[in-house]
This record gives sequence, structure tokens and C-alpha cells, in this order.
Amino acid sequence: MSTISIPEVASSPAAPSDHGSPPKRRKFPWTPLALLAPALIMLAVFIGWPLVQLVIMSFQKFGRAQIFGAPPEFIGLQNYAEVLTDPEFWGVLGRSIALCVVSVVATMLLGVAIAVLMTKLGAVMRTAVSVSLLLAWAMPALTATIVWGWIFDTQYGLVNWALTQLTGENWMGHSWLIDPVSFFAVAAIIITWGAIPFVAFSTYAGLTQVPDEVLEASSLDGAGGLARFRLIVLPYIRSILLVVLVLQVIWDLRVFAQIYALQSIGGVRAETNTIGVYIYSVSMASGDLGAGGAISVILVAILLPISAYWIRSMLKQEES
Amino acid sequence: MTARPRSAVSRVFLNIAAIVVIVASLFPVYWMVNSSFLPNSALQSTAPHWWPDEFTLKNYQAAFGDDGLVTSLLNSMAVTGLTLVAALVFAFLAAIAVSRYRFRSRTSFIIAILVIQMIPAEAMIVSVFRLLDGWYLLNTIIGLSFVYIALVLPFTIWTLRGFVNGVPADLEEAAMIDGCSRTGAFWRITFPLLAPGLIATGVFAFIQAWNEFVFALVIMTRPESMTLPIWLRAFVQATKATDWALIMAASTIMAVPVIVFFLIVQHRMTSGLVSGAVKG
Repeated sequence: MSTISIPEVASSPAAPSDHGSPPKRRKFPWTPLALLAPALIMLAVFIGWPLVQLVIMSFQKFGRAQIFGAPPEFIGLQNYAEVLTDPEFWGVLGRSIALCVVSVVATMLLGVAIAVLMTKLGAVMRTAVSVSLLLAWAMPALTATIVWGWIFDTQYGLVNWALTQLTGENWMGHSWLIDPVSFFAVAAIIITWGAIPFVAFSTYAGLTQVPDEVLEASSLDGAGGLARFRLIVLPYIRSILLVVLVLQVIWDLRVFAQIYALQSIGGVRAETNTIGVYIYSVSMASGDLGAGGAISVILVAILLPISAYWIRSMLKQEES
Repeated sequence: MTARPRSAVSRVFLNIAAIVVIVASLFPVYWMVNSSFLPNSALQSTAPHWWPDEFTLKNYQAAFGDDGLVTSLLNSMAVTGLTLVAALVFAFLAAIAVSRYRFRSRTSFIIAILVIQMIPAEAMIVSVFRLLDGWYLLNTIIGLSFVYIALVLPFTIWTLRGFVNGVPADLEEAAMIDGCSRTGAFWRITFPLLAPGLIATGVFAFIQAWNEFVFALVIMTRPESMTLPIWLRAFVQATKATDWALIMAASTIMAVPVIVFFLIVQHRMTSGLVSGAVKG
């Protein structure tokens, strides 16, 4: 590098530029731009441009004919009107929200409980719990779904065998996936099982930040276990719990692999679609890309405001 | 918060709860591996086999003898490899730019990265499908890799940026005073200190590309271009009534690399996503 001007370095304090010397014109930031270029191009081409296209397409009549070259025609809000007046869309949305609420509530309650449990265990037991949670966390969602599908298998599944042993009635041959309600119960178990480790570890990390002295002082002042948790521990981990909650809501609302794979093990597709799978079936299976685009825009519109909290909290970290 | 002395009764109760958690977390993983080492006839018997008492490697032989699995395994390895290398290089350059330089649009770039991470992939399948279709990149390893690179870049840039921030720029400046060029100082001082960050980021990209399902489902539809998850899903649909043992072997083949790599970097996964909240 032969240039004299050394680019300002991040850790140096933001010094005022008028340092007695005449104000220098800021050089155009060629170096950082060149460094950013490959990433910028990839993001612009494969995420930015498709996003623009998505919005445009949602205002177009875009079916099979258009895929094979017919020029798409702008139809204003018609796709949105059709989607929003379609009872199937509302059924799908309701199902997605219900599955999300059940899974998130179960994940948060169990995850926080396990985190609290970990703070109270001895070192050996705590390590054993950590390692088990890590293994569950590492399981790819797809293989986890397949294994649970095998555990709930109609003919030879472990659950049916256990229920037969316990109740004395014959459960062999009972299908868990054919009925939408028990399909979603199984789906919620798979999703919750996979999500608990993240919640437990994050909450545990937060709990270890709570200073012992404060807890001891409060217990000397006569605070019971529950009061200590509510008045002292909770405020410490509140922001962590919020971020984890937001991430869980987002991830569970857009769940795809688990539902899609479970459907191929034995669900009735039309009655068990959630919004992600619905977008796929409308656009890819039925070939109505315009309607699929409209549903996608609606999904983004639902999710981005929820994500705003997470984005804000990450930016706060950026400032500090 | 650390453990405080408590009564024997409550300690027994806590340990029972811990054992329940351990069993519930581990069992499905164990059941997958266990079933994969049993002959299918054992899985179809009236009583479950709790451990591989009729141990066999037949399922793995059958799995690797299946053209579909071998093809999709090779496809997955190619896509994952490409994604890993390209994402690492691009994210590394971008992380340097964001972390070591101050420029006007820097904050906008960081915000954009965070927003992109929150856009659901499910919403993009339609337009990404059309984009790749227009460039004749459907059913190609290159096409899927491009999408994956863009998909993992935001998180990899964010994570690497944290690592670069962690290496004090003073070190570089000191080397420059001692006569190193800026580039030389960077390669000799900062780069070696970034190795753990590059490993963590690389493993993350690997796991993402290896597990990804939605885009692969839309882009790689031909049997010869399927990735492992897509093939596995189709295979389950075709054989679930007859051969769970083979399915479990195939699932284990897909899961083991992820589990191994995940264990290497697990602590970065939580802190990367919630560190802002930890610091308050």
C-alpha cells in the first residue's frame, strides 16, 4: 500500500476531523467497497432482486402460461383479494398460528424450567444434561422428524407399543398422522423437542449473570424462592427471554421441513398445511406463482414487525 | 447463580428431573442409531429391541448400495463445499470492511444484513425459482450453491465481524510502526488470530447448506440432482411401510456429520443470536 492516508481504524475513537489542519475532503471508500463487493453482489442478486420480483409478481397474473413465456399481465390487487377471501388461506394461517403458539409456549416453559434446573444441579449432572441437550439440538430437523415419525409409526411404532402395554387395549395400527389434531400434536412435539435446547442454553447463560450476593441478600431479607425468581432473577434475564421468544415465534411460524416431511410419512396434505408449505403447494404444485407471491408478501409482512425487536436488540449490541 | 446446599429430598427430586430431561433429549437420537443397526425383521417384531442385540451393518451396506443415496450424498457434498468456501471468503472480506473501516453506508449495511436474516426463505422460493429458471440454473449444483451462499452470508458476516472486532487494531498499528505494510500487518498479525472464528463460521455454513430443505426442494427436482435431505424425504415416502431400518441408516448418515460439526461450535450459536440481549 503506497497511499499515505491510512483508513481510519474501527477501534480508534471518533476524533473530530477539524484538527487544526484544513478540513480534508473524505476520500471515496474504495477499499471497503471492494472488500464488500462480492458479498454485496451475491446478496443483491440472490436475495434483493428476488424480493423485488416477488413483490412485482404478487401484482401480476402469473400462472403456468407465464412460466412458459407468455408475458405476465398486471392485475393490481386481485391476487391479494383472492388470497384474502379464500377460506383455505385463513384455515392455513389459523393452523400456523395455533401450532406456533402451542410450540412456543411449551418450548419457553420447558426451556426456562430446564435452565433453572441446570443452575441447581451438581457439576456431573449438569454436564450430562448439557451434552444431551446439545445432541438433540444438533439433530437436523428433517432427520428428527423422520425418527419421531418412526416412533409414532402406525404398525410398529414405539408409542403404540407402549400404549398397548400401559392401557391393555390394542393400539397397534393406530395412525397418529391421519387425524389433523394428532398430526399437529406430533408436529408440536417434534418442533418443541428440537427448540428446547436453544432456549435452555440461552436462558442458562442469562441466569449465570445473576450475582449470587443479590440473591443471598434478598433471601436474608426473607424473600421466598418464587419471590426471588420473580423480583430479582426475572428482571436480569428479561431481555434475553424476549429475544429468545421473538426468535421462537419467527422460527415456528415459518416451520417447513418438519411439516412437509411429516406429511410424506402419513398426513393429509390439504388439512395439515401450514403457511410455508402452503406457499410451496400454491406456487409449485398448483403453478400459481402470482398467488404464491401474494401469500409470501403477506408472510413477510407478518414476520418483519415481529423481527424488529430482534434487529433492534442486535443493533444495540452494535453500538456498545 | 450457582448451586446452593439443599436438603437431600430436593436433591433427589432435582436429579430425577435431570434424568427425565436427559432421557427425553437423547432417546430419539439413540433410537435412530439403534434402529439403524438392527435388521428390519427385528423392527417389525412385537416387542421393541432396546439395544442392537441382533447387530447388523446390512442397512448401511444397502444404503450405500442405493444409487439415489450415493448421488444425493455427492450432490450435497459438492453444494456444501462450494457454499462453505465461497461464503467464508466473501464473508471474511466483508467482515474486514465492516469492522476495520468506517464509511458512510456501513450502518445501513449492518441493518440490511440483520433484516435479510429475518426474511423467511419460504417466501422467496417463488422468485428464486424464476430467477434460476431464467438463467438455466435449475437442477444445477452451481445454482443451488449461489442461493446458499447468499443465504448464509448475513450470519457468517455478522459472526466473523464479531471475531475481527475482538482482535485489537492496535496490534496491527504496532506492526505497521515496526515497518509492516497495512496488508502485511493484517496477514501476519490479525489473520492467525481469526482462525477460530473462521472455523466456527465455516462449520455454520456447512450445517446450513447440508440441512437446507426448502430451496433444494424447489430447485433440485430431478432425481440425479437431488441433495441428501430431498432424496431422504422422497425415500421415506416410498419405503416407510416396508423398511424403517434402512431409513434409519440413511438418516444416521445424514445426521452424523452435522452432529459432529455442531458440537465443535455450539457455544457460538447461542451467543451469536442473543449476545445483544446478554449484554443488555
